[in-house]
Amino acid sequence: MAERIFIKGNEAISRGALAAGCRCYFGYPITPQNDIPEFLSTAMCEAGGEFVQAESEVAAANMLLGAAACGVRAMTSSSSPGVSLKQEAISYLAGSQLPAVIVNMNRGGPGLGDIGPSQGDYFQSVKGGGHGDYRTLVLAPATCQEAYDLTIDAFDLAFKYRNPVMILGDAILGQMKEPITPREDRAPDPDEASDWRLDGAQGREKRLLKSLHLEEGALAGHNRALAAKYESMVSEIRYEEFETGDADLVICAYGSIGRIAKSAVRALRAEGHKVGLFRPITLYPFPTAVLSNLAEQGKRFLTIEHNLGQMVEDVRLSVLPKSDSAFYGVMPGELPTPDQFLEPIRNHLGQGA
Amino acid sequence: MTEKTVFSRPESVIDRATHYCPGCQHGVIHRLVGEVLDEMKLTEKTILASSIGCSVFLYNYLNVDAVEAPHGRAPAVATGVKRARPDNFVFAYQGDGDLASIGLAEIVHAANRGERLSIVFVNNTVYGMTGGQMAPTTLAGQKTTTCTAGRCPSSQGAPLRMAEMLAPLEGVVYCARTAVDTVKHLTQAKKAIRKAFEVQAKGQGFGFVELLATCPTNWRMTPTKANERIAEEMIPVFPLGVYKDESQTREAC
Repeated sequence: MAERIFIKGNEAISRGALAAGCRCYFGYPITPQNDIPEFLSTAMCEAGGEFVQAESEVAAANMLLGAAACGVRAMTSSSSPGVSLKQEAISYLAGSQLPAVIVNMNRGGPGLGDIGPSQGDYFQSVKGGGHGDYRTLVLAPATCQEAYDLTIDAFDLAFKYRNPVMILGDAILGQMKEPITPREDRAPDPDEASDWRLDGAQGREKRLLKSLHLEEGALAGHNRALAAKYESMVSEIRYEEFETGDADLVICAYGSIGRIAKSAVRALRAEGHKVGLFRPITLYPFPTAVLSNLAEQGKRFLTIEHNLGQMVEDVRLSVLPKSDSAFYGVMPGELPTPDQFLEPIRNHLGQGA
Repeated sequence: MTEKTVFSRPESVIDRATHYCPGCQHGVIHRLVGEVLDEMKLTEKTILASSIGCSVFLYNYLNVDAVEAPHGRAPAVATGVKRARPDNFVFAYQGDGDLASIGLAEIVHAANRGERLSIVFVNNTVYGMTGGQMAPTTLAGQKTTTCTAGRCPSSQGAPLRMAEMLAPLEGVVYCARTAVDTVKHLTQAKKAIRKAFEVQAKGQGFGFVELLATCPTNWRMTPTKANERIAEEMIPVFPLGVYKDESQTREAC
């Protein structure tokens, strides 16, 4: 068995990227994800890769676009205001069908907000974020081990679908330290993407990677193909179910809040309450069918998020009209404990038929 | 009598009609770039970072791999390409709105880092594709659709001189401004493009060449008059010359 190491969530993501064969990182400092560029500034170079501290988040995301066009495993990371600046390039990555990994360690907003944890970027992450009609695959880890494993998977998914993949964490996950079991690092595959990447048109036709489609009908066809791709991503849906089998009330929560809610559910189970947890791990595609099935079984739902209510809209779309979801929101700047969730959950448990 | 071809299309340039307006000099500059790529045998190892504006379609005319960058970001995209594939030859071709306005940060920092890139900068003092709006390089008094009374430097700024701005940066190995209005200048332009490409090919660093060119449509001029304007109005504001050449002294790194 591999040796366990005790590291921060941000470092787990960095090590996951290296283990996945990522060899280009482009970033710009912003709290609370600075451990990622700080770690990779040496580790990426030691792995024979490239690290660039760009002049801005805008430039970093566009460097990512350039490396992605070369079929190289590449990543950028940032936090909320920085991710807003990266959205232009993310839209181009999606439009040009290029694989890349973007990490967002969500902080409080809107605007400059604060540097503490939040889930205020759910809409931006799963509904597109940049201009145009596109989706990014979004993975939401809740533990340092999951942050490590999902980062590796993010690169594989990015190349499988030729699409940007986002890791959506927050300041809790990034700054928390716990033991993880790392895997053996994978060497980059020299033939990866060899059928579409740019590497000079030696002995073949030239290649063009672009998102501009001016010919009549061309963009329509392109967007239909993108839609089919996004629909096919439902096969990647992941989630955690905890004590939902006989539960009357299912708590829906993701990421760090999902983990805190799990402790609350555990405490209430010890008191004999029929409560369970549903934690989506893929936020796009959203596990709609699974939630719908739970609603068919007559369960009620309470969505808990670190925002004013964003994922709750997707939960309601999944469970209506059989059921509905209540909402309990933690505001940015507040760091919830499991105890904080006991009362709101008890209130909703009491509302059962 | 047998025919002897003395002037033919460079192999790097695809045999197709361009979309440019009559008198536009993008086509001429494309040809110069194609000739240099041919002569340096770079075509098969080149990756182009395309920009926005009329010149976005350069990728339709050159026989090289290409990726499309957002407005102004070509130097950042090219940086990513070069870092990912250091053995390829990477260049960006940008207009004045792209390079000197929205992409000013990207060009300055790519140059300052000494990225092993080549930049071909076409300055025609106006936004072309979007319909003739004011550019950072628009001359004082020049009328455009967003400065209909003529550019007023006291409120709209003076023309930005990119070659002069970039040359002092440590990472820049070669920096020159030329024009494409006369045969003499065309010869100089090709020489400058070649030099900018050579400093990358030798691994020395960043090469930049600015070319003064026409936009007859948005200048509301005939092609002939537009060409004359380069010497009469542009060169006095944007002096031609080699602003930096350390190709003989700079080590490859």
